[in-house]
Amino acid sequence: MEHIRTPKVENVRFIDRISSRKAALGTLYLTATHVIFVENVSETRKETWILHSQISSIEKQATTATGCPLLIRCKNFQIIQLIIPQERDCHDVYISLIRLTRPVKYEELYCFSFNPKLDKEEREEGWKLVDLNEEYNRMGIPNNYWQISDVNREYGVCDSYPTEVYVPRSATAHIIVGSSKFRSRRRFPALSYYCKDNHASICRSSQPLSGFSARCLEDEQMLQAIRKANPGSDFIYVVDTRPKLNAMANRAAGKGYENEDNYSNIKFQFIGIENIHVMRNSLQKMLEVCELRSPSMSDFLWGLENSGWLKHIKAIMDAGIFIAKAVAEEGVSVLVHCSDGWDRTAQVCSVASLLLDPYYRTLKGFMVLIEKDWVSFGHKFNHRYGNLDGDPKEISPVIDQFIECVWQLMEQFPCAFEFNERFLIHIQHHIYSCQFGNFLCNSQKERQELKIQERTYSLWAHLWKNRVDYMNPLYRADHGQTQETLHPQTAPCNFLYKFWSGMYNRFEKGMHPRQSVIDYLMAVKEETQQLEEELEVLEERLSNLKKVQVNNNKVKNMQQDRNKALRLSASNNSIANTPQEYSNNLKSFPSRSPSQGDEEDSALILTQDNLKSSDPDLSATSDQESGVEDLNCRSPSGGCLPSEDSGKDPDSDEAVFLTA
Amino acid sequence: MEFAELIKTPRADNVVLHRPFHPAVEGTLCLTGHHLILSSRRHDNAEELWLLHSNIDSIEKRFVGSLGTIIIKCKDLRIIQLDIPGMEECLNIASSIEALSTLDSVTLMYPFFYRPMFEVVEDGWHSFLPEREFELLSSVTSDWRLSYVNKEFSVCPSYPPIVTVPKSIDDEALRKVATFRHGGRFPVLSYYHKKNGMVMMRSSQPLTGTNGRRCKEDEKLINATLRAGKRGYIIDTRSLNVAQQARAKGGGFEQEVHYPQWRRIHKSIERYNILQESLIKLVEACNDQSHNMDRWLSKLEASNWLTHIKEILTAACLAAQCIDREGASVLVHGTEGTDSTLQVTSLAQIILDPRCRTIHGFQSLVEREWLQAGHPFQQRCAQSAYSNSKQKWEAPVFLLFLDCVWQILRQFPCSFEFSEHFLIMLFEHAYASQFGTFLGNNENERCKLKLPQKTMSLWSWVNRPPELSRFKNPLFEANSLVIWPSVAPQSLQLWEGVFLRWNRSSKFLDEAYEEMINIIEYNRELQAKVNALRRQLAELETDDGMQESP
Repeated sequence: MEHIRTPKVENVRFIDRISSRKAALGTLYLTATHVIFVENVSETRKETWILHSQISSIEKQATTATGCPLLIRCKNFQIIQLIIPQERDCHDVYISLIRLTRPVKYEELYCFSFNPKLDKEEREEGWKLVDLNEEYNRMGIPNNYWQISDVNREYGVCDSYPTEVYVPRSATAHIIVGSSKFRSRRRFPALSYYCKDNHASICRSSQPLSGFSARCLEDEQMLQAIRKANPGSDFIYVVDTRPKLNAMANRAAGKGYENEDNYSNIKFQFIGIENIHVMRNSLQKMLEVCELRSPSMSDFLWGLENSGWLKHIKAIMDAGIFIAKAVAEEGVSVLVHCSDGWDRTAQVCSVASLLLDPYYRTLKGFMVLIEKDWVSFGHKFNHRYGNLDGDPKEISPVIDQFIECVWQLMEQFPCAFEFNERFLIHIQHHIYSCQFGNFLCNSQKERQELKIQERTYSLWAHLWKNRVDYMNPLYRADHGQTQETLHPQTAPCNFLYKFWSGMYNRFEKGMHPRQSVIDYLMAVKEETQQLEEELEVLEERLSNLKKVQVNNNKVKNMQQDRNKALRLSASNNSIANTPQEYSNNLKSFPSRSPSQGDEEDSALILTQDNLKSSDPDLSATSDQESGVEDLNCRSPSGGCLPSEDSGKDPDSDEAVFLTA
Repeated sequence: MEFAELIKTPRADNVVLHRPFHPAVEGTLCLTGHHLILSSRRHDNAEELWLLHSNIDSIEKRFVGSLGTIIIKCKDLRIIQLDIPGMEECLNIASSIEALSTLDSVTLMYPFFYRPMFEVVEDGWHSFLPEREFELLSSVTSDWRLSYVNKEFSVCPSYPPIVTVPKSIDDEALRKVATFRHGGRFPVLSYYHKKNGMVMMRSSQPLTGTNGRRCKEDEKLINATLRAGKRGYIIDTRSLNVAQQARAKGGGFEQEVHYPQWRRIHKSIERYNILQESLIKLVEACNDQSHNMDRWLSKLEASNWLTHIKEILTAACLAAQCIDREGASVLVHGTEGTDSTLQVTSLAQIILDPRCRTIHGFQSLVEREWLQAGHPFQQRCAQSAYSNSKQKWEAPVFLLFLDCVWQILRQFPCSFEFSEHFLIMLFEHAYASQFGTFLGNNENERCKLKLPQKTMSLWSWVNRPPELSRFKNPLFEANSLVIWPSVAPQSLQLWEGVFLRWNRSSKFLDEAYEEMINIIEYNRELQAKVNALRRQLAELETDDGMQESP
């Protein structure tokens, strides 16, 4: 609290999206965990909550006649502008936020104060939802070829690895330790995925410390052991996910890549995914494109190409496709690494697993996948997503790219995933929110030291509790495409990589389809389920008419509820549909009739909002619904409010571009 | 028959057909006057190709030894390859295809020979008569009348015989206005917005020329559409610059001094060869199998296709906005008033009028705003993306319109009665069809060709229940409101259903579509069952109740 110079500022103007030119007047509050803006409009008192941990940058802009603007960019791609009347207040808010958004201790993060009102048992149950031992058992491990190793007990060998690591049975502790000494940060080859049908596996590690000529017998034995664990194949692929040049440059620093001559029976392959710095810049460039005000199509497409973002997404996807193909079609095991083996390696292993195994395309399986390839193997969440104040050069959207790969696959294989887009967006949101403990720190070791499981809650339990909202209605567990390995096309004209506006323009509601097919189908399915139940009841009643006479009223009421539910789910999420900026030179006539506003405003349309406020924590604490509510209360006949005077059309978008 | 002269080799055996995502098929190739047919002669007859010659955009031939290969590129953008043994056969077939796919005379086209195998329930040629449309209009306003001034096509050759004009303007005035408008296309009613009585008119450019000629009747005509004290917008689909240049050729635009009640807005929409080149570039990009993402995005950008989509949609939204939000009447024109003008007026109606989002209403829209309004289909759709010849009149104007509709449909997936398949079907038939609907360039030509007597209307076929059910959008929920699409680049997408249709397997997307239908149909079935049971119960229970009641 000592960092808050001014906890409350009045008469602040708030603009909540790039495209909007309408400012809401209200009061700004700073708390230890949130920035809160409360609108002055007395009926609604709309609140917008933004977590400090979501804020990626705060920019003080040139003072204007109306006040001092602060531009706040968030890690979930929300952009808001605050215009504070007094320069001094603005400065205080700015200085406070600078400090508040850069916590130096984990204890300052929201998850340590967040309390969803669950008791201790519920919290413990929540952390048990995803169990990696269970997952390896599901894969069929331990078995004759693979076993759990306790070599990393107490993190004695590798402090960024989990304590329980799966390795080939023939890899002795001596081999593992020897191999670890020959690998960056001692991240020795360990099992990521095992395909029990053909014994092919995906293993992961960091780069070897080969320099120009060094070799290590144990490391060579380690790779042999991996090969032998797949009796059907006489070689393994070693996939270096870096561009060849980068890998070669590493040799000068005593690192590098495997020399095929030193390792028997390996096929070595570079994949060419760029490093975290290139990715960070790429995202930056793409976000600049997203922020353009009324860009032309060329501006947008050129900017998208220039950012290289989709090219990088495709590179990651292609690497995953290569590995999945090796495992599923050739039956060959693959060892994947990059430099440290915690960024590109995590991306590629998880994309490959997702393509190979339908389990990871289920809601639960996807949580397990992230827990396995990202959390347990020491992906540096704290550094990459800037949870604590740190080196900005460590920040990079590594898991964001993986999440986007999943979305691109969902677009190509609409029936193959049990979950929907909202699930991905909410996971992305919470990777940055620090509201749950799952993604804290850089390794399992650090999390254990912090006693995360005793002091915070698990996101997975929270998502699981609300799983109804994350279901893909088109998912069919019995469909061919959900049960097999996915084989995506690779050429851009076959696999249309799309710009993901649902993520990067997430808060620009006006840009998204105004009616959601997914939500519509979910409502239909829900109704179907209720109909099925009623059908049963009715049939029973028919066959047993007299008995049920008593229940008569009850059933009728149920039915009414049902109808109401469907109607609501179809219309409640409506946002006002308003014209956008179609012209820069359309001017309103001075003689514009004040009576032109009509009783029934046709601009209001039944719509389904992309992100229902299904996740109460999200909507309460981070206000991702702001756009929607905002539009709702602005549309004259939006919902239950009596029709207001639409002559002074509250739809300022229009009003502004007509007078521009 | 005369086609026989063009067919030197009517059939060839052991021809192999290659198509992307299909296994090669060997069979017998037959050429008829209008079709290219490949039959594998299997009992199931599953592997067959029936291709209209008129669907063929261009062909290429290649020889390796005596094995000839013909690559056929179609107007619907598909590319197929035929391997034909024997050099002479191959050459003969190639030259026949070339000749048959480029017949000069319209009356030799397939629609004049096509005999439908289905029973016509409703003759599509009479489904959308202007009189009936006018009846609907007269029920809400009496300010308009039908004019028969053009019944001989003498006032405006590209207009239909019957048009809707302000009641206060007589035919004599219309004749005068026609001389002041390019091609005689005087302002006529395009759309009446019931909600507020505002209207959309369309015309061609006024012939002001360099010395600022004016026409009192023209001013009177368009002012007659304004209510007292109200003003209107003229949306010129050309940039100001282009409009000014048009004056040198006798064209021009409405000057403020003579039209003080109107505000002119210029919205630049591209025309003719620029659009055609854009289509050619886009399709080339889509057929590029390179794995390079930069190249794909740069080619997509360079094609400018999505830029055109954005421009057209923006102009249409603006027109709709003027009418619905500003409460002003609108006049839309470009130069001839047969291309960009129609894109704008028809899309504005999709936005404003829920009726246009139904299957029947959309047909009516195409009929009114495209066919009767004189969009020169025959010229514009003579060639598609693979045309080599650079003729001036081809342009994918109608395809752009359909693409824009698709963009709106994508943003409002539950507000249209028809699905994407309906739009794709219209695209196909505009370029090659067994039906006469899209033949000719205007009503005048269609009349002379006696199309209603000699050919079958597309609508006669489409409006049969089995066909209709294929085009219905399972998600449709009637939505009576105005729908405002987003024109932000992030909101516009490449129309995969048309442009990537032949380049990839649509298996997974098709499965998803089927699943969607299953979900909805199962729900409806249950609904029906539950309702029936409830009724049954209610009856039994009343009986019961009556027995029990004292």
